Amino acid sequence: MLEILQYDFIQNALISGILISIAAGIIGSLVVVNKITFLTGGIAHSSYGGIGLAIYTGIPVLFGATVFAVITAILIAIITLKNRTRIDAIIGMMWASGMAIGIIFVDLTPGYNVDLMSYLFGSIIAVSSEDIYYMTVLDIFIIGIVVYFYKEILAVSYDSEFATLRGINVKFFYTLILILAALCVVAAIKAVGLILVIALLTIPTYLAESFASRLSSMMILSSILATIFTISGLVVSYAYDISSGASIIMVAVLVLGVVKVLKYKR
Amino acid sequence: MELINISNLFYKYHKTDVLENINLTIKDDDFLAIIGPNGGGKSTLLKLILGLLTPQDGKIEKKIKNNQVGYVPQNTNLNTDFPITALEIVLMGHVSSKKKLFGYSKEDIACAMASLSKVSMADFANSKIGDLSGGQRQRVFIARALCSNPKIMLLDEPTASIDVKGQREIYELLKELNKSICIVVVSHDISVLLNYAKNVAHINKNLVYHSLENIEKNVSTQNEHLCEVELLSALGKSHVCCDHTH
Repeated sequence: MLEILQYDFIQNALISGILISIAAGIIGSLVVVNKITFLTGGIAHSSYGGIGLAIYTGIPVLFGATVFAVITAILIAIITLKNRTRIDAIIGMMWASGMAIGIIFVDLTPGYNVDLMSYLFGSIIAVSSEDIYYMTVLDIFIIGIVVYFYKEILAVSYDSEFATLRGINVKFFYTLILILAALCVVAAIKAVGLILVIALLTIPTYLAESFASRLSSMMILSSILATIFTISGLVVSYAYDISSGASIIMVAVLVLGVVKVLKYKR
Repeated sequence: MELINISNLFYKYHKTDVLENINLTIKDDDFLAIIGPNGGGKSTLLKLILGLLTPQDGKIEKKIKNNQVGYVPQNTNLNTDFPITALEIVLMGHVSSKKKLFGYSKEDIACAMASLSKVSMADFANSKIGDLSGGQRQRVFIARALCSNPKIMLLDEPTASIDVKGQREIYELLKELNKSICIVVVSHDISVLLNYAKNVAHINKNLVYHSLENIEKNVSTQNEHLCEVELLSALGKSHVCCDHTH
């Protein structure tokens, strides 16, 4: 089986899988502890509008998705900071309208026939070298921001009221967390797709939370678990000739189930 | 010395009056209990003093800097599953100090450990907050508030979900801290608090102030679940209350 490593597309798949897993472990931890999974889902699906727009205008797809996802994250931050009472309905609307915009732009693109399913469910073996450069830059940016502002992000995530009293700009850091989530979603689109990205952000993190006593150790453990799930999922995908994104997620779900059952039995 | 002077304070949420014409002076050696029914405006007053809310009418004059006000939030509002250690929580008290690229400075850690020692929690510095008991968690939050060397410490329901023994331990600790820091406790459970407070501010939209300095502090030991009506009645019978009513 090791002979498959000589293929460029397999090497790209492994490298991108590791890069995504690192970002998903870090950002997934922030998503879970801040209880913003649904908001992140909204951002992920809204970014489909950016994909459609990019295809229509001819700009790089990941760049289009990034711009759209970041704008959505800022909009969601503004709305949630102002009034949370109807946030679920607003996120639902942004979720659906983003996807609608994407579909309309793709329909309007003359002669477009690329498989759209690859953006919904991911295709890690279709990741190009350019995509890997883009993911690397996003990873470096995410890690740099989280390391530099770790104390502030920890304070805002745990006790935003106290953070305000200590002079931390809670609104800024809340928006920053949503922007980082948007960037992570975009980095993972090619590999696991829009629909499955939330699972990669939450399953390894939920598992890591049970064993970690610090946010930093939760991030590291989540990244390691996500990497294991991604590589195992790729192997399963290759062995059984099934979709890579779905295989990665199902491996993660199975491990989560086994660990939870074992913990429950103790 | 007066630390905080509140005069003619009004506050309303939407169109509902929460606080009406509040007048209160808090001195540096005070141990003040702010009591009252749920929804009576206790926590709103605390947030106004902290600066988290802005008065719609009236004034709050602070004779101290904002960083000299320590705050202990109601810990039942915080996530106990959050992966964070006691030491990290206390270090939050230093989070706005000078920026360091990785982690905290040695001075910050030493100060945080000293704060944990003051509340007898140094041995639990690396414990996950969710693994500690309610009383231990509250000590950690008090240590965090101590980190900035406050002149006054404001505590919101510090004994919520803590048994009576644990409540006494918390209030003994606050009594000790009150030798050098002004203590203000917001609580609707006054059974144990009454033994330690020097003064009581009863809030239900309006504020009624009582001094407990000369009252024999045995009410709560006779009845652990004394209700506020009984307290006010007890204060009335003792003929020493209401040295000034605003």
